[in-house]
Amino acid sequence: MSLWEIVRHRLVLGVGTLLFVSVLVFVGTEILPGDVAHAILGQNATPELLDQVRERLGLNEPLHVRYFVWLTNFVSGDFGASLANGADIGTEVGRRASNTLLLALSTAVIAVPLAIALGLAAAVKPGGLVDRAITSTSLMLISFPDFLVAVVLVTIFAIKLRWLPAIASIRPSYDVFDWIRVLILPVTALTFTILAHMVRMTRSAVLNVLSSPAIEMAILKGVPRRRLLLRHALPNALGPIVNVVALNLAYLISGVVVIETLFNFPGLGRYMVEAVTNRDVPIVQTCAMIFCSFYVLLNMTADILSIMANPRVRYKK
Amino acid sequence: MIVENRTWTGELREAVSDLTPGVALCVVFLITMFFVAMFAPWIAPYNEAAILTNESFSPPNAEMWLGSDYLGRDVLSRLIYGVRVTLSLSLIITLLSFFSGVGLGFLAAAFGGRTDMWMSRINDAMLSFPSLMLALIVINSLGSSFVVLVFTLAFIDMTRVFRVARALAVNIMVMDYVEAAVVRGEGKGWIVWHEVLPNTLTPLAAEFGIRFTYAILFISALSFLGLGVQPPQSDLGVMVKENMQALLYGEYTTLYPAFGIAFIAISMNVFVDWLLQRSNAKLPDEI
Repeated sequence: MSLWEIVRHRLVLGVGTLLFVSVLVFVGTEILPGDVAHAILGQNATPELLDQVRERLGLNEPLHVRYFVWLTNFVSGDFGASLANGADIGTEVGRRASNTLLLALSTAVIAVPLAIALGLAAAVKPGGLVDRAITSTSLMLISFPDFLVAVVLVTIFAIKLRWLPAIASIRPSYDVFDWIRVLILPVTALTFTILAHMVRMTRSAVLNVLSSPAIEMAILKGVPRRRLLLRHALPNALGPIVNVVALNLAYLISGVVVIETLFNFPGLGRYMVEAVTNRDVPIVQTCAMIFCSFYVLLNMTADILSIMANPRVRYKK
Repeated sequence: MIVENRTWTGELREAVSDLTPGVALCVVFLITMFFVAMFAPWIAPYNEAAILTNESFSPPNAEMWLGSDYLGRDVLSRLIYGVRVTLSLSLIITLLSFFSGVGLGFLAAAFGGRTDMWMSRINDAMLSFPSLMLALIVINSLGSSFVVLVFTLAFIDMTRVFRVARALAVNIMVMDYVEAAVVRGEGKGWIVWHEVLPNTLTPLAAEFGIRFTYAILFISALSFLGLGVQPPQSDLGVMVKENMQALLYGEYTTLYPAFGIAFIAISMNVFVDWLLQRSNAKLPDEI
């Protein structure tokens, strides 16, 4: 198979996965004990009212019909209305998704270069002092619950020193500096939640490349260690590292949900948690689909990048 | 293959003598935590639900060593009961996911071919779903209770365990001694029990530790979001959530359960790391 055939194959698989995910999201949220009509009416449910609401929402259609209606609506950007207050979900999602995206992107911009640098630093001399310090610190960080670093940061910088706000609410009047002030703590906390895995996996990816025969040859030729690492090992480790980065950005999902809730940040994660608490099914479906698609697309990108980075595949006719 | 000339106690003694001070400290801490969890009602100075003072977040004092929480309950007693809930839920989740995941993983590896292909495919499809989203969807539909939490998280973990167990078993199935057993006419069950299991025991034990830590962190995160353990029951995650306000009063109440979770998880991870290094075993992948 040529490179493009493999990539195309992976793309098709990605689309299939997205469909599977959408079925799971839909079925998982629709099969309630008592349906959505019950959820809307709550205590007021009389058989007549239930019938009316079911008719209005199309709940009397069979499940697969409802699934296709829901999916086509979702794909065309019609997310429906909130059960709680009837507000259009699309507008709210748009606003919150851009906030979450800003949070996630700022985190990625800081975490990715930092993780690669630390991973490389650890791989320079395996078992050395730097390596041991980085490896054990990252092992510690992996064991932290997502909210721990955030709580500690809030204690120090918001409560004790009063430098930064403990709550990251957003006002329309905010300028760039207000945004930065608000984002510093959440972004730092989020960076810690994804950093450790990325560092550990970068380290092992580089060490893996360092044990290859090509590198052994370079060592025997007498290439200096620094040059060996940056000119010989790094280019070869790039594929695996890109893969590691893409995979680890997926950790952002659970991080984002917890951190947004903790800081009261008006993003998609907190929106979803509130919706789950209130059993607001259309919002849960929409948010779940957005997060899951992000996850599937990241995994697919990771796979495709590592396929493209592999010269054995790239140059095959 | 089982190495016959080694006894169980001998191995244990050898392992204990291999412990470095740091690892030993972690093991002692873990054992202590398990004792605290088991004997919580006898250890805790007060009833976890008893409201002892009408002062919220009173500082540590002679009666209440870690002060009171937002309702005026004893923080230390609640911590002790919290450890009990967190550890027992996580242990049940991990045990369930292990029995099902390892069982199915070995099954797939032992039968190979079509069975393996389909089981792996279904499992991969499940893995394409972010675990937190799966949990949130189930909790949205069924509400949050101990039963829902245990089975949902065990199912999520099972998909991970399946992959590791299958990968480990596939490597054993191609060994010469397995081929010899097949030629001898041993059945699949015998091979799994007498060849695959003993040879994958150490990495599986390490995986058990990793999954256990993961269960602790996952359930704490859900509880922190208000979607895990529901009041009046509480675990460490619930305690972090309900005492967040303490920070505004300059008290550290919310930090105790948060660090409690972290210390348990760190100790487990350090122990697992040591176990893997000592036996030179490797898990199929690092995720």
